Amino acid sequence: MSLGHLQHQATHAEDHAEQKCEMSFPQPKPEVPQLPQNLLRTIDCQQGAVRAVRFNADGNYLLSCGSDKSLKLWSVSRGTLLKTYSGHGYEVLDADGSYDNSQLCSCSSDKTVILWDVATGQVTRKLRGHAGKVNCVQFNEEATVILSGSIDGTVRCWDTRSRKFDPIQILDEAQDGVSSLKVSEHELLTGSVDGRVRRYDLRMGQLHVDFINSPITCVCFSADGQCTLTSSLDSTVRLLDKSTGEMLGEYTGHKMKGYKLDCCLSSKDTHVLSCSEDGHVYCWDLVEGSLMLKLPVGKAVVQSLSFHPSETRLLTAMEGRVQVWGAEPEETEEDVVVVQQEKA
Amino acid sequence: MASDSDSDGDFVTFGTPLEPLEEDEPLRKPVPLHEQTVKDEKGRYQRFHGAFTGGFSAGYFNTVGTKEGWTPATFVSSRQQKAGRQNARPEDFMDEEDLGDHGIAPRQITTTADFASGRKDVIRDKARAITSLSAPIPGDTVLEDLVAPARSSMGVELLRKMGWKDGQGVGPRVKRRLCKQRADSGTRAFVSASPPNGLSGSQDEEDGEFVPENVTFAPKDVTPIDFTPKVDLHGLGYRGLNPLAALRGGPGAGHINLFTMDSDRSNSLFGEDRKGQRRRGGVAGQGFGVGAMEDDDEDIYHRDIMSNYDTVLGGEEPGDGLYGWTAPQQYNRKKKDHSKDAAYLGKILEGFTLASDKLETKTIFPPPNLPRDFRPVHYFRPVVDLSSVSPMVAQALQTSRGHMAQEEPSKGGRHQLDSAQRRELLGEATLQGPSSVFDLLKVEDRERLSGLRRPSSDTSSGPRQPTPGRPEQLCSGCRDSPAAARASAQKALSSRFTPHAEQQQQEALSVWSGPTAQAQTGQTFKPFERTPHKQARYDLYIDQLKQGDRDALELSLDPTMTEWERGRERDEFVRAALLYKPSSSSLSCRFTRGKQDDGVEADTVEVTRDQENDVDDKQAAVKMKMFGKLTRDTFEWHPDNLLCKRFNVPDPYPGSGFVGMPKVKRDKFSVFNFLTVSESPTASASPAPQGVKPSEPGKRSRWDVSGQAGNKERKEKDPVSEFLSVARIEASGSGPEASTTDGPTTDPTVEPDTEQKDEEEEEEESRPSMDLFKAIFASSSDEKSSSSSEGESEEEEEEKEEGVRSKAGTGPQISNQLNVNTTQPAPPVSTTPSQNPDVVFKMPSGPAAAPPPRDQEMEEEEFGPRLPPPSSTLTERRPSPTPSAKDDKHKKKCKEKHKAKKHGKHKKDKKQKKKNKRHKHKGKQKKSSRKEESSDSSSEGSDGNSQEDGEEGGGVSTEELLRRLKGIRGKNLQ
Repeated sequence: MSLGHLQHQATHAEDHAEQKCEMSFPQPKPEVPQLPQNLLRTIDCQQGAVRAVRFNADGNYLLSCGSDKSLKLWSVSRGTLLKTYSGHGYEVLDADGSYDNSQLCSCSSDKTVILWDVATGQVTRKLRGHAGKVNCVQFNEEATVILSGSIDGTVRCWDTRSRKFDPIQILDEAQDGVSSLKVSEHELLTGSVDGRVRRYDLRMGQLHVDFINSPITCVCFSADGQCTLTSSLDSTVRLLDKSTGEMLGEYTGHKMKGYKLDCCLSSKDTHVLSCSEDGHVYCWDLVEGSLMLKLPVGKAVVQSLSFHPSETRLLTAMEGRVQVWGAEPEETEEDVVVVQQEKA
Repeated sequence: MASDSDSDGDFVTFGTPLEPLEEDEPLRKPVPLHEQTVKDEKGRYQRFHGAFTGGFSAGYFNTVGTKEGWTPATFVSSRQQKAGRQNARPEDFMDEEDLGDHGIAPRQITTTADFASGRKDVIRDKARAITSLSAPIPGDTVLEDLVAPARSSMGVELLRKMGWKDGQGVGPRVKRRLCKQRADSGTRAFVSASPPNGLSGSQDEEDGEFVPENVTFAPKDVTPIDFTPKVDLHGLGYRGLNPLAALRGGPGAGHINLFTMDSDRSNSLFGEDRKGQRRRGGVAGQGFGVGAMEDDDEDIYHRDIMSNYDTVLGGEEPGDGLYGWTAPQQYNRKKKDHSKDAAYLGKILEGFTLASDKLETKTIFPPPNLPRDFRPVHYFRPVVDLSSVSPMVAQALQTSRGHMAQEEPSKGGRHQLDSAQRRELLGEATLQGPSSVFDLLKVEDRERLSGLRRPSSDTSSGPRQPTPGRPEQLCSGCRDSPAAARASAQKALSSRFTPHAEQQQQEALSVWSGPTAQAQTGQTFKPFERTPHKQARYDLYIDQLKQGDRDALELSLDPTMTEWERGRERDEFVRAALLYKPSSSSLSCRFTRGKQDDGVEADTVEVTRDQENDVDDKQAAVKMKMFGKLTRDTFEWHPDNLLCKRFNVPDPYPGSGFVGMPKVKRDKFSVFNFLTVSESPTASASPAPQGVKPSEPGKRSRWDVSGQAGNKERKEKDPVSEFLSVARIEASGSGPEASTTDGPTTDPTVEPDTEQKDEEEEEEESRPSMDLFKAIFASSSDEKSSSSSEGESEEEEEEKEEGVRSKAGTGPQISNQLNVNTTQPAPPVSTTPSQNPDVVFKMPSGPAAAPPPRDQEMEEEEFGPRLPPPSSTLTERRPSPTPSAKDDKHKKKCKEKHKAKKHGKHKKDKKQKKKNKRHKHKGKQKKSSRKEESSDSSSEGSDGNSQEDGEEGGGVSTEELLRRLKGIRGKNLQ
């Protein structure tokens, strides 16, 4: 199936010549980029619906946020459960790991953000203050600040260093719930349901607001830090130039109309990936904007996905399962087959 | 002492009173000396030190420590304040005793040396005298006196700047003659003043002959009067013995002490007495005999000569210029001459002239004499026997016609504008139909009412023209007889207003005496800021309300006002209190208060800057895929200093005191412009037949919607808003239909039945409140309860829709569509500042070309994107696409619904999907909803497939996608 896609892609390459000229990106590498099209592993998390799945900083572990109020840490390579973190009062919506793998943060519908100690599984800090459920959470680069975006339209910056339980700053510029949030070195990217992507530049002391006109479901920085990726409820993923706000690419074909689904860029910024409500993960070529892969994950909505920080590896979450996808099938092919048969 | 506080409330008591002695109390032993302790005002033991250790308590309990320990209080960590450098003042090293009244640096306002008068500081003089005595050389201050710093007071400095020289008098320069005359008279001082300066006096006499005519001279200097009070018991002018002088004179007999200390110099009435200088030691003073060491040629006995005194009172003009103090009559007379008067005013400032005529004094008329038989009781005219009601009636009538605010526009805030004025401001069209109850009355009745009102309130604006409205529809029973009509009208009006007011008062009381109101101490809203008295009364009222005072209103009103005024104010206060009742803290923190609520002149409100730019342009830009400059806004944003530190970034605005976005001013009335965001895209996106956008009043801002949010009863109470909405619909023609319904469902043949529209209005109004509460109060924990209430609301909704369908007899299909569509924009609009509805409405024109049913499904969502349904592991396995028997049954049940209001069903399904975890105990309704849920997913899937995803389900999806992409690209390039 994927091969067929690629062939289609080749025939239609000329049609997008003009589009190419518009973009100011370097040509992709001549070798065919690897796509995570082989199912390596399926993990049944047994924690209700998996609301979000995230790689840790180095990509060896994954975090799954369950609707049964638990947060679980898994080994990616073996698919074993390492730790369960329970302490939330309602379903966990997002999680992030610190750069040194010593701490985790998670947010929940119970309006709290929790900072966890990885090894002990204890709650280091429970941060209350949001007025509604907290959609997204992120550490900053040094894990000194936790940033959380909530349905109450605010982003709160929590200090992990001091003993204060009040946020350092509350960013209440969003006129509607904050659905997604990403942190780079000195920037903060938030996507809001009011259809705007806001980029707070701490170094310059500026706030850049890009109007998208459709509720934003997910925002991402590109790895080179020059672009931002936004997916919105008009079933479109857009690649915007970070500095000017111009649109560099538009990726459509998937279905994202009502659910808050993730999108991401591949580790080398070659592809754009997005969840879809039709049970597939769509993967476009970043430059050409053509659909490269339509990964059939299942029949339900693909809720969350996460791309490995360095390798070609993809995590998808659908209902109660997390699936690991890789470029080449692993040596334990039987397992995969078994799993696929099970699925079928 | 404190018991009889009434009597000695005015007195100030010092010290602690002695304990009252009792008769048969045994004598207490005196406290032995070693047990007597001295404490300071804070109860600490104060230790007496020896003379060598300073004599008073030092440091912190006689240690070098402090209360804080060894860290000095002035220590500030340089991490917080880098540049803050503190200069140590002498006071920093002092104890509080030092700063007390008797310390070395008393904290009281004193005149600094610069501004001090010429008089010497008594205390300092004394101190110096003592030091001079204790100095090794007696009279050590000699040098200090000789080499005094050239310091003169500020007054002298100023005078010098103005051209004054030492030895001159102050005032305009005078001609020679006057000067001489004064010099002459100056010889005859009327008190025992200091003898005139011999030098100047002789000069005067010498210069007398050869001074030219037009040369002016400075006036003679005046010896200042010393107002040192007399504190001793000696006679006038008597100076007693000076012990210092006596001491000094003792050892150094015969030595001429040129530099006597003269510490009592300041005590002399008129300047210095030179006699001391002539004395050669010994005891100085008057009335003392000649000492053995003294020459006896001096007049030791102070002989006063009577010629030093004036014998005639006011006989001639005093020459010494002591005007004002002992001014004789003649001089007073002179003062009345204005031209001469100017001479004494000194230099007139440039640009100023003396007034030619006197300032008019205010004539104060005495109050009229009351007639003898006056009784200070007001009795009301017998025509209006309901004295307490009539002001209300008058006011109600006035406000209904909108004349009150016109009468006093200065007082009016926004709240005193009535509907007509507001309509004028907003530029809306005049309402059709009766605008007030008054119009509905018969002409005769109206006249009677106005006639009734006229005597009661003379400030009303005369008789009103009977407007030809819709006569004799209401009040058919009021035409029996004039008296009965009047009575019934009054009764009706009073019954309408008074209990209402009572109820409102109670409501205000309950609202303001709540705990949240207590917490809100900083009450910023001042509705009557224009009239401070009124505001003060209002504040009093609110205060008493907070204390739960039941009679708050009556107490706070001014008793001196007339009954009519009080009635009006009472009503105003209650209304204001209700309008600005304290909201719960969670709610109030979500909203920012406008800076100037009522300022009519203040046409600007503060708005964060990111709401500045017009959204229409951006939406157009997005539609044309012209992202970039058009869609980007860049604002100044101040990050918190600590946040910068945590991010390892220097603070971009190091000195800025605030955090976040700076605020900008905006035109007040344009608030409505940018709040109607939800409307403009619809207008542009919908392919409605209207060529022109509806005029401004036709736009429905979301405040309109949320402002009307309420239940049905409330709405019925409020006919004006109903009329308004009807008028708005009519004004905008087919506007609401075009804007609220979506492309495919737009039917130009929608019949303009007002009743039907009212119904939609109601729906619109009734809906948001639920969501508002959900958004605010629904927490994750009480999901079950909220879901149950949801179910109830659903039921209600269903009922409503049923009712609507039954009502709309002619076109059920259309009306249902209308209904469903119009209900939807409301919830997200009112709950959160969401733009969902318009986004949704816009989508048909967007690239994805989504079908409308999906949109509505989405716009039902409270907060934009949802979470997908929890996994099948919790409930059941994913339902098969083919409906089961149960589903069939259910489908049969709600077939009509499916047919008629497909959209409504979707909406409901969405809700139920969320609550699939809930228990079954809710009964039949719940069960059916559960079934619906299962059918929902299938129907959803089928929906999606039928609309769009049908192709994607097969293998042709990529081709299709690519084709679509191409199309988009092509469009984009154009």
